[in-house]
Amino acid sequence: MKTILRRHTFAVLAGLGALTFSPLGLAQNTLPIQAVASFSVLGDMVQRVGGDRVAVEVLVGPGGDAHVFQPKPSQARLIGQAQIVFSNGLGFEGWMSRLLNTARYQGRHVVVSEGIKPIAAEGGHGHGHKAHQDHGKKGHGHHHGEIDPHAWQSVPNAIAFVGNIAKGLCAADAAGCDSYQSNAAAYAAELKALDTDIRALWAAIPAVQRKVITSHDAFGYYAQEYGVTFLAPQGVSTESEASAKGVAQLVRQIKKENIKALFVENISDPRLIAQIGRETGVKPAGELFSDALSDSKGPAATYLAMMRANTTALTQAIKSQ
Amino acid sequence: MMQNLLLDNALLGPFIEFGFMRQALLGCIALALSAAPVGVFLMLRRMSLMGDAMAHAILPGAAIGYLLFGLSLAAMTVGGVVAGLAVAIGSGLVARNTLIREDTSLAAFYLISLSLGVLIVSVRGNSVDLLHVLFGSVLALDGAALALLWGITGVTLATLFLIRRPLILDCLDPGFLRQVSGLGSAAHYGFLALLVINLVAGFHALGTLMAVGIMVLPAASARFWVRRVGPLMAVATALALLTSVAGLLVSYHADWPTSPVIVLGLGGVYLLSMAFAPRGVLRQRLRRSGQRHLRA
Repeated sequence: MKTILRRHTFAVLAGLGALTFSPLGLAQNTLPIQAVASFSVLGDMVQRVGGDRVAVEVLVGPGGDAHVFQPKPSQARLIGQAQIVFSNGLGFEGWMSRLLNTARYQGRHVVVSEGIKPIAAEGGHGHGHKAHQDHGKKGHGHHHGEIDPHAWQSVPNAIAFVGNIAKGLCAADAAGCDSYQSNAAAYAAELKALDTDIRALWAAIPAVQRKVITSHDAFGYYAQEYGVTFLAPQGVSTESEASAKGVAQLVRQIKKENIKALFVENISDPRLIAQIGRETGVKPAGELFSDALSDSKGPAATYLAMMRANTTALTQAIKSQ
Repeated sequence: MMQNLLLDNALLGPFIEFGFMRQALLGCIALALSAAPVGVFLMLRRMSLMGDAMAHAILPGAAIGYLLFGLSLAAMTVGGVVAGLAVAIGSGLVARNTLIREDTSLAAFYLISLSLGVLIVSVRGNSVDLLHVLFGSVLALDGAALALLWGITGVTLATLFLIRRPLILDCLDPGFLRQVSGLGSAAHYGFLALLVINLVAGFHALGTLMAVGIMVLPAASARFWVRRVGPLMAVATALALLTSVAGLLVSYHADWPTSPVIVLGLGGVYLLSMAFAPRGVLRQRLRRSGQRHLRA
């Protein structure tokens, strides 16, 4: 019911927004180029490649959740005015095609994950996973269970993203192509350095110790790229109050797998996390960023900062035990 | 071998294997020892529903403490106690000095307190977190929380022992006590203070909504078993102890959330007592029909 309601309001409002404002957006190649990126991580990349010639608007902003995104009329208007739209693809933004339709967007749409090798979403990834499948049924279309859309969690994929972004911008604005190419090359060099750093940090930790319990199901690509095992917490979830058995299961899991790092943001009662920490001798670690950047003051204001923050948090948590 | 046997034991295993289960057990024992006797007086004074109202009254205080100082045991305890005492004393004063009666003035005060709390929580956001916090968790008791619970138990038992005479007299004939001495008011407010700190203790372990359960239900159950105040307190405490430990184990084996299991268990004991205890409905029926037979 709620979803139907949402969908209706969305369609009506988006339609209104598009009807009212789309004629304003037809001007071509006046600088800056108007670009729209579906979520904050992608927005950061597009801005780096586009530089001064491109003004990027992001639909799902820092700290937002692309899974439960509800477009606002003003965002349909943004799309109507845009000259180029970037999305991740791989089923991450199930709402994108509908939004483009209702906004009557005719321009260029770049799916930046084109050409990367998708991996299957892992079945074992716990509670968040179930929720996502529900979203899929309700039409959010986030196709977990088939492929994992969080491709940017591997830096080599991000480098591929950057190539696709540069290609897209060149096609939309041929005059700026040289600038985009050189921006992309510089950015790719930074990304390569980041990749090397991440590998170096993990290399310092024996492979058997690289185990993390996290409630996020977004680290499949990171796991594959950097040889880290991510396990979903057993027995606890946000949806229900904790039972003694659930807590006992999690404690047993930590002890059995000899886990050093615990990132369980979905147990909302911090006292319970502290209790589990005391019980197992594992210190619950801080925050991981998966689907969105932090705000500009946070530790993950850019893609580069996000990957560094995650890697530091993960390796520190394992080493500090 | 011996150790495996113990670990496999359904009753002892969980407590041997897991520290959090031991701490939950200690918390339950402290709460039962303290809240059940308070509940007996609550019942004798016909204030059982007032316990529920007071539980709602401490919620905003604890919420404010949480919002100002985060998840600090001290801040939430002080906030809860201050809010509870303010409501108790305020409604008492109004009841004694205006034409409004005790029940209405208490309802008025706790509603003001509750709505204030909800308002503060909504305006400051973060209500999902707060909800978890307000539900409390007997599974998450740490050393400080346990110390607080046992401290409250000590204070409660000592105070009850000291004010038992005026308290009992005040239960039976409040008018008389007020005529002969000022002890009646002292006992009344002392008891209210005990009620508030016990609700705060229960709130840390079981959450605001359930705290009053471990107070009211064992006392009500005990009423079907015995008559006099002393035995009432003993039976209520024993029932609270047994049921909360059993609830903890059921929560462990059946994978159900702990607080509701404990309070529901107490509810089950109440219903069983009502039916089968010596002073319960069935025996009373039997006795009455037996007497009729004898007479006939």
